[in-house]
Amino acid sequence: MKVAVCVNHVPDTETKVKVGSDNLTIDKTGVNFMLSPYDEFGVEEGLRLRDKFKGEVIVLSLGPESHKETLRKALAMGADKAVLLRDDATRDSYGVAVGLAAELQKLAPDVILFGKQSIDYDNAQVGTIVAELLGLPSVAVVVKMDVQDGKVVCDREIEGGHEVVETKLPAVFLAQKGLNEPRYPSLKGIMAAKTKPIEEKPAAPAEPQVQTIRMRKPPGKSAGRIVGTDKSAVPELIRLLHEEAKII
Amino acid sequence: MKILAFAEQRGAKFKKSSLETVRAGRTLADQLGAEFAALVAGSGVEGPAAELATYGAEKILVVDQPDLSRHSSTAIARVIATVAAEEKFDVLLLSASQMGKDISPRVAAKLQAGLAADCTALTIENGDLIATRPVYAGKALVDVKVTTPVKVFTLRPNVFTATAGEGKAQIVKRTVPLTPEDFGTVVTEVKVASGRPDVTEADIIVSGGRGMKGPENFTLIEQLADVLGAAVGASRAVVDAGWRPHTEQVGQTGKTVSPTLYVACGISGAVQHLAGMSSSRYIVAVNKDKDAPIFQIADYGIVGDVLEVLPELTQQMKQALGK
Repeated sequence: MKVAVCVNHVPDTETKVKVGSDNLTIDKTGVNFMLSPYDEFGVEEGLRLRDKFKGEVIVLSLGPESHKETLRKALAMGADKAVLLRDDATRDSYGVAVGLAAELQKLAPDVILFGKQSIDYDNAQVGTIVAELLGLPSVAVVVKMDVQDGKVVCDREIEGGHEVVETKLPAVFLAQKGLNEPRYPSLKGIMAAKTKPIEEKPAAPAEPQVQTIRMRKPPGKSAGRIVGTDKSAVPELIRLLHEEAKII
Repeated sequence: MKILAFAEQRGAKFKKSSLETVRAGRTLADQLGAEFAALVAGSGVEGPAAELATYGAEKILVVDQPDLSRHSSTAIARVIATVAAEEKFDVLLLSASQMGKDISPRVAAKLQAGLAADCTALTIENGDLIATRPVYAGKALVDVKVTTPVKVFTLRPNVFTATAGEGKAQIVKRTVPLTPEDFGTVVTEVKVASGRPDVTEADIIVSGGRGMKGPENFTLIEQLADVLGAAVGASRAVVDAGWRPHTEQVGQTGKTVSPTLYVACGISGAVQHLAGMSSSRYIVAVNKDKDAPIFQIADYGIVGDVLEVLPELTQQMKQALGK
């Protein structure tokens, strides 16, 4: 089984976002980057599928040189190969999807995994656009997948429950938290990852269809009032919710 | 200009977010002097479709065919793209629900349209349609312009208002021929988890963190949630500790929520958590640490032991609401 996992390199969740001087992107000064958490579930699922069905896991990322750090992490977790589709420009989801789809077309994997969304721009589009461009089915927000004889039965999260979705390989799957528990790279894995080559080639992305006009901070919420210091404050809290906020 | 709002349904019932999307489409059409229609697709949906007139749809396109009795995101995407192309719609609106987020990228790709996802506002600026969308889980906002001739927007649930009013609609039936290839995925079963609303759709969320001390104390959260008809939320720490399911997680690696009221119980307010809930209209925090970051954004705070305050709050809320 050939598995491809597409990963992104994003600011870590503890980052306090500052708007950059271009007013279009964030100020990257002092920001730590990491493998996007949902993509990590994708990598783990890829490794499990490989171990079960034999084959290989190829991780791909489209972006600048710095994405190699995230590819290296996926290799340390146990991926067999890594490909950096080098691109230094700012892209929208469609642009990235076109670049990834061109490479995936050549690789022709049985299973293509993504995270359900990248935690920077939160678009949740790239994986499904890739599927559409390749003419493949896709299942988004997957919390369980069961592969048997080329047929896949997935549980996908919806509001207040789950959907059971059936599809056939080749197909694209977008991983959600809960799909698995990603492994920590072992020391052996980390050492091995240092010697595994990362293939680098120029990306062939598309021009943006969505243009950012400006980035700004959300209107700030300021501290309100402390109503009290124990349960005797409850009547006053209820009064405020009723008379001031008018929500109950 | 022509605007189309897709009103998703399950079992011939519209979600609130579908009604929000239809009303938002009507509002936008009025601002732009555009034509507006809603689209409903499924099996046995023609009758229920008429309800959308109340939300401002003067024309309702109905694709009611037996092969759509089981939900298939690939087939529905084909239906929407076909209708939009044939009727030459310029702007498409969908809800950024789990269904909308699954379908919209396909629809956009089929129409060679740019997609602005999970928008919290649509405004007209110098004649351009500008969408506002939170990024980094709400730590920043971007204002974006879709530059393709056809534009697709998904709207975040619980942000736009589904105001009902008077309205009559012309119902236009359409058929979209589908082939087996269009059914790349098929939903075979829908499992509903609990009777409580989902955090992304709830008006009120009662959420718990480490300060709850242990998973058994979440019954206190659930009791208040049930009195308020609220959803139960959780911080990443308690989800990672296995106290609560990840479906309840609020924050950057969970759900981003905008309820009317968010009650944070024993949540200190990590950066990634605040990002996911700070757009709530009112925030109540109960935490014993007066320096907890949650108090910097809370409208009302009680600095005290949550395990003591919560039962009292539930009890008095019950009386206040006459339950």
